[in-house]
Amino acid sequence: MPEAAAFQGFSWNPITDLHELFAYPFMVNALAAGTIVAVMAGVTGWFMVLRRQTFAGHTLSVIAFPGAAAASLAGLPLAVGYFGFCGLGALALAGIAGTRRSLSAESAAIGSLQALALALGFLFVSLYHGVLNSLDSLLFGTFLGVTTDQVVVLLVVAIAAVGLVAIAARPLFFASVDADVAHAAGVPVRALGFGFLLVLGLAVAETSQITGALLVFALLVTPAATAHRLTARPVPGVILSVALALAVTWLGLALAFFSIYPVGFYVTSLSFGLYVLVRVGRALRRRRRASARLALEAA
Amino acid sequence: MIFAHEFMRNALLAGTFVGLACGLVGYFVVLRAQVFAGDALSHVAFTGGLAAAAFGLDILAGVFAATILGGIVIGLLGDRARGDDVAIGSFFAWSLGLGVLFLTIFTTQRSAGNGTAGVRVLFGSIFGLSGSDVRISVALSVVACALLLAIARPLLFATVDDAVAAAQGVPVRLLGLGFLALLGLVAAQATQAVGALLLLGLLSAPAGAAHRLTATAYVGLLLSTVFAVASIWIGLTLSYVFPTLPPSSMIISAAVGIYALALATTAPRARAMTIT
Repeated sequence: MPEAAAFQGFSWNPITDLHELFAYPFMVNALAAGTIVAVMAGVTGWFMVLRRQTFAGHTLSVIAFPGAAAASLAGLPLAVGYFGFCGLGALALAGIAGTRRSLSAESAAIGSLQALALALGFLFVSLYHGVLNSLDSLLFGTFLGVTTDQVVVLLVVAIAAVGLVAIAARPLFFASVDADVAHAAGVPVRALGFGFLLVLGLAVAETSQITGALLVFALLVTPAATAHRLTARPVPGVILSVALALAVTWLGLALAFFSIYPVGFYVTSLSFGLYVLVRVGRALRRRRRASARLALEAA
Repeated sequence: MIFAHEFMRNALLAGTFVGLACGLVGYFVVLRAQVFAGDALSHVAFTGGLAAAAFGLDILAGVFAATILGGIVIGLLGDRARGDDVAIGSFFAWSLGLGVLFLTIFTTQRSAGNGTAGVRVLFGSIFGLSGSDVRISVALSVVACALLLAIARPLLFATVDDAVAAAQGVPVRLLGLGFLALLGLVAAQATQAVGALLLLGLLSAPAGAAHRLTATAYVGLLLSTVFAVASIWIGLTLSYVFPTLPPSSMIISAAVGIYALALATTAPRARAMTIT
């Protein structure tokens, strides 16, 4: 990275280092984009984990890739491809979830949809020879190359996505926790399910332009999974999920700034490390409680 | 004509065995609703391949080590050795991050001429297989199929009703772990043929079609294998006739086509699964 040679490096003096971080416009944009993406991913990811739609979420993030490839093949703006394909993908996934057959059939259908999307993406890339060299950046994104215009677009999309989830939060939570009871109580469960997938697709399509198709998923699933392990209550859960996503994004960006390794590596490693810590901690506490109870019973 | 080219013979031979292994294992993957685990393992294969490339080791060895280990980790993260999707997702996201790291190390170390290494691991190069690649692929496929057939009966039992199977002394958790490790082996073996990202289609589409068409497990197993091998042949032939079309895309398109046909021609099935 040529930018890395331009500054003094990590100095162990937090004030100089912070000053250094904000001295470069590309870094300010990356921090702004990262913050927006983290908030959006923290909120939608929390519902995605609650609804057990991790596989569907990953499939949506993969569908962004043929979208971008198709757009470059057709000479359209990339954003058209991202949004068009993610919308179609959300429709297809909602159709799969709506038929509610067995888990096996659903698993096979989502897998086939995702494989087809990838096959199409690779086909488009092969037909359009020029893009092959930038395939890596299509898949892994260019976090440090975000422009100010992109930050504005990102902000608009994020406000729309988070706003929609916030408006539908109560019925969506109800429908996610117990679809049958919610349906009996008159909640439009199917429409909500479809709407949620659309919002998830919107969030993913926008995010994948910045972080690449592969890494959106990291911000969606891991902070939310950690939050769900810590609390089952919705409001603290969503707040925790957003806070964790923000923390790993900021730390990841800062670490990447002061080293030669990519942002994606730091963000995923930090969030997975936290997730493992929380799981191990909960398991240890449960064991200690169980042995305390045993000791109590013995006495 | 089609058999006159050595690369085509190699591709057909290796592809047939990849199809056999993916069809067999894929049927269990679908029955156990573990396609997401297969998805994760195919990405772990990518990370393993890039790690080996970054450190100058044998790529195939890296892929195998990563996927088999990954299968075991996924099994351990889950509560019942089936892996739960949120835990798989978290592990999976991290492995992608590691993949990016190795990609960076690889491209900064050996920048010249190797920019497409990641693409090759991701999407495969079935027309670029050498004679020794084919022999390795066939041998591994035979091993994977033999292992799977050896545990097929108890595994089916544990899949259809794990509580009853456990009560009858079937080691349900151990079988689940073993199966995920086996899935890792197949993922690695298929990676060189169809690529890490397209492996998923061979696991899910033929098996999904078979699952839709029959409720009898052994018939389903056979159908799934036949569909997978047929997809490989159709895909390779298409790509041979129209050289601009990449073979891995054509193989997956054929598999998904068979699946779509099965969905279109039959009504969803309400009956429960039977073993024989």
